[in-house]
Amino acid sequence: MSALLEVEHLGKRFGGVRAVHDVSFAIEEGQIFGLIGPNGAGKTTLFNLINGVIKPDTGRVALQGEAITGMAPYSVVHRGLARTHQIVKPLNDMTVLDNVIVGACFGPQKLKLKEAATAARDSLKTVELIDRAHVLAGTLNLAGKKRLEIARALAGQPRLLLLDETLAGLNPTEAERMIAVVRRIREESGVAILMIEHLMQVIMSLSDRIMVLNFGEKLAEGTPEEIAHDERVIEAYLGDPDLASRLMEQK
Amino acid sequence: MGSQVILKRPTFWIILLATLAFALVPALTGNLELRENLLLGAVYIILASNLNLMIGYTAYVNFGNIAFFGLGGYIGLYVVNVLGWSLWPACLIAGVVVSLLAFILGTGILRLRGAYFALATIGVNEAVKAFVTNFEPFGGASGMYLSFSSFNALGGARHALWLAYFAIVVLMGLSLWLSLAIKNSRFGLGLFAIREDEDAAMVLGVRTPRYKSLVYAISAFIPAVAGTLFFFKNGVILPDQAFDLTLSIEAIVMLMLGGQGTVIGVALGAFAYEQLRGFLLVSSTFSQFQLVVAGVLLLLIVLFLPEGFMGWVYRHLPRLRRVIE
Repeated sequence: MSALLEVEHLGKRFGGVRAVHDVSFAIEEGQIFGLIGPNGAGKTTLFNLINGVIKPDTGRVALQGEAITGMAPYSVVHRGLARTHQIVKPLNDMTVLDNVIVGACFGPQKLKLKEAATAARDSLKTVELIDRAHVLAGTLNLAGKKRLEIARALAGQPRLLLLDETLAGLNPTEAERMIAVVRRIREESGVAILMIEHLMQVIMSLSDRIMVLNFGEKLAEGTPEEIAHDERVIEAYLGDPDLASRLMEQK
Repeated sequence: MGSQVILKRPTFWIILLATLAFALVPALTGNLELRENLLLGAVYIILASNLNLMIGYTAYVNFGNIAFFGLGGYIGLYVVNVLGWSLWPACLIAGVVVSLLAFILGTGILRLRGAYFALATIGVNEAVKAFVTNFEPFGGASGMYLSFSSFNALGGARHALWLAYFAIVVLMGLSLWLSLAIKNSRFGLGLFAIREDEDAAMVLGVRTPRYKSLVYAISAFIPAVAGTLFFFKNGVILPDQAFDLTLSIEAIVMLMLGGQGTVIGVALGAFAYEQLRGFLLVSSTFSQFQLVVAGVLLLLIVLFLPEGFMGWVYRHLPRLRRVIE
């Protein structure tokens, strides 16, 4: 049986910059797959290549065995792959609920308006934003907007969710709530998650598998334990050899 | 949403009552001056509400909206005058042809965003005007004059002019109903998403290129039909008058004035502007003085009331947002 998402030899150049080069990996159903790497390593570019915002120069992306390489973002969503943005993109002059209804209406399930409203409410409950359903999305704070991003992506019931730095810019309390939200999503819907995150203890404790990118290339892939003890990863990203053992103790 | 939901909405009844008032008051009083006044009001409401689908719903500023009206007038009059068909099929042909052209054209120019799209639409209007001015079957620069016999098919001139007036009023009602129906539909939700953030809409699954082409084509249909009726009633169509860019810009003022993205607000804005224009045309020593006023008005709206009259009302009475759309 093929994996949920298969990425093979994906590559993209911007002028002379090799943003992503020869990256391959696979994600299984229901898996949480962490993506880490220094700033500028090409993590968000990789997301954009997978969901069709940018067309790759080389390589192939397949979702549930079907090639989605170079498809428009909406076609990729319709096949079951939803994403959030690192830099939030709320539909400002629409209510929080309407934002999520858009996700439910036009997402993988293509629900009718009425069903979409129900799905949107469920999704808002999951991310703990239901009490703000009728305010305009533009008035939410950053933590709220980040949760709105997740709710919108989740409302269409995707098979795979791409989360781009959902914790970035949140204070410790907000981040903790967000981690609980991600855990709940996995428990409630069983959706597979591909997440970019900088907070090491979070990615180590949430992920089933982790891939490290550096200068657009895959540096390592493995279980959190393997990654934490990988010498190349320690040198390129973690910096401190003792950090790994501390992280594993916390877990 | 289904029609039964729309029936429950007060906005629907407001539209119906306004349409009936436009039709019945001049008919019952037989006041021709009032009829001509309301006719122009109805045409402005048609232009503004269909333009609102582009600007207010989708955030694509179309300066060339008047090209739909003018080209519709030309095609309709050609069908009536040269092919000798009756007015109603002529209206339908004008609407369908102009919509199809808009769909094809939209597929191309809607790839542009923001100011670039707006500039392209000015080009569209000027290109169509230049084409028509040099197109002999449409009479070229000297335009087309309706032969008097065309009125006979509709029971004489007097009768024909009333019929054309009623048809335009019906189109006004249909325009407003269409705005309302789209606003409460899945299609409308997709358009609003594009308005707020096109990239986000795409990532959420909205098939943006198709949605944009569709709304561009839809916003062309009723104005094209109205163009046929308007110029049929006029008896003459000339390129300068049919593709008058100032009317395009005035339509933008109307919908900004009333509140872009609303249904009733846009209609109010169009009607108010038409009344103001009529007043200035009669009372002022300046010709086209309404354009000066329109310019100042637009500036004031953009600076102090970007959400327009309805937006101001919603801000003070938020409950009305759900009642009067």
